[in-house]
Amino acid sequence: MIWIVFVLVFWIAAWRVNIILTAQKPNRFNAFAVPALFGITLLLLWEGIVRGFGISPVLLPPPSAIAVTFSQNLPLLWEDFFQTFVKGALSGYIIGCGAAFLVAVAVDRSPFLQRGLLPVGNFVAALPIIGLAPIMVMWFGFDWQSKAAVVVAMVFFPVLVNTVQGLQASDAMQRDLMRTYAASYPQALMKLRLPAAMPFIFNGLKIATTLALIGAIVAEFFGSPIKGMGFRISTEVGRLALDMVWAEIAVAAIAGSAFYGLVALLEKGVTFWHPSQRG
Amino acid sequence: MNDTVISAKNLSLTFETNDGPVHALKDINLDIAKGEFVSFIGPSGCGKTTFLRCMADLETPTGGEITVNGVTPREARKSRAYGYVFQAAGLYPWRTIGGNIRLPLEIMGYSKEDQAKRVQQVLELVELDGFDRKFPWQLSGGMQQRASIARALAFDADILLMDEPFGALDEIVRDHLNEQLLALWARTEKTIGFVTHSIPEAVYLSTKIVVMSPRPGRIADVIDSTLPKERPLEIRDTPEFIEIAHRVRDGLREGHADG
Repeated sequence: MIWIVFVLVFWIAAWRVNIILTAQKPNRFNAFAVPALFGITLLLLWEGIVRGFGISPVLLPPPSAIAVTFSQNLPLLWEDFFQTFVKGALSGYIIGCGAAFLVAVAVDRSPFLQRGLLPVGNFVAALPIIGLAPIMVMWFGFDWQSKAAVVVAMVFFPVLVNTVQGLQASDAMQRDLMRTYAASYPQALMKLRLPAAMPFIFNGLKIATTLALIGAIVAEFFGSPIKGMGFRISTEVGRLALDMVWAEIAVAAIAGSAFYGLVALLEKGVTFWHPSQRG
Repeated sequence: MNDTVISAKNLSLTFETNDGPVHALKDINLDIAKGEFVSFIGPSGCGKTTFLRCMADLETPTGGEITVNGVTPREARKSRAYGYVFQAAGLYPWRTIGGNIRLPLEIMGYSKEDQAKRVQQVLELVELDGFDRKFPWQLSGGMQQRASIARALAFDADILLMDEPFGALDEIVRDHLNEQLLALWARTEKTIGFVTHSIPEAVYLSTKIVVMSPRPGRIADVIDSTLPKERPLEIRDTPEFIEIAHRVRDGLREGHADG
């Protein structure tokens, strides 16, 4: 009971503080403090309810238990992270996005490919990942290569479509200008079409970061060596060690946010000129 | 010695649309001599922009003949014979003002030192020196348009084609840019083709005014200006100026009446 009362009091107090903070002029401190306080309140609410009502740790372990498991299993979590994120997701992301980009440039040049390849791409994109993953494991084996293949299949299409669209984004006058300079195809591509396509390309790259992580984790459910985030999640659920599952979820959340943030930061640097980025 | 720079003979251009053919240009005959400042004026749809785009090989005529510097517009474009200024500045937002002016120089393979020298030169010419590190979206509309003119002047083209470059600007800025353009023309001795909606602008700037009328797009009148080359803004109040403006207006009205 004491837990529930404490949590409720804390909740109301934090609410009050946030109201005061948001009423102030936005600055660096409250831009950080408001969401931080919100997050802390959420965690405490979770902790208090789990303890106060005596909820079974199999259903929902308290955040403190997850934190303890997290800190005690750092080497294992790192190994899983390296296997799934770095080997599976990241290599698949780089291969998939790179291939999509090159194909997009080819598609843009050739109307034949545009009409032939894009519908096929559409079809491939509609294939369910759950169905694709076991096949990839059959083809490429249990290790990270099959996970990377699933990620390639997942990220390829969004990046392809966005890049193709982006390459057509320059307006008629900008292209006429290149024509008056008698610019060659590579010159027009490098100096006009690609820079103009960047906001679209980054849109695709950002969508692909989340897809890559999901793909790499889910693909491990269909066979993997005895490491990896997806492997750990599925086996620890079987052993009712939910605190370990939550620790893996925390790793995935942190890695996913950091990955997305990194790409978004890169976007800010490259497309600083776009109206959506000019601050 | 032949000093005709642009020559059109029975030039026609018909666009095939879903509502049937549109005669954008019909039997245009015109010679433009070296160093002339020629304005094209007329209501929307009279084909003045289309005519300019034919000279620039941005449109392909469907009939007749047109030569630029004695060769086809395509060959002239390939040899980078002209600079073109569009209705909007059309600067690339990811490049600085200096970078935008350097763009044609990079494409045409000028050396690095030459690029820097020319950028500095044309920036001074349009009174934008000191702005080369700014991005287009940090500048006013008038400054952007001046930068786009600088971009067209940066490389060695003897012809300057301008499609309503000051159409979107307010009158004060426009007056100022008109004055600057005349000074620039006097200094560089380029041949200029200039499309406009404004009668005072056409009369103030031109040595020759081509009045066009729509449906089909054709030349209604060609007026050789009697104004001196030296033209202060006040010249617009002289009887001579008003006389020419009057003739342009008559030409426009006539074109409309039988159109």
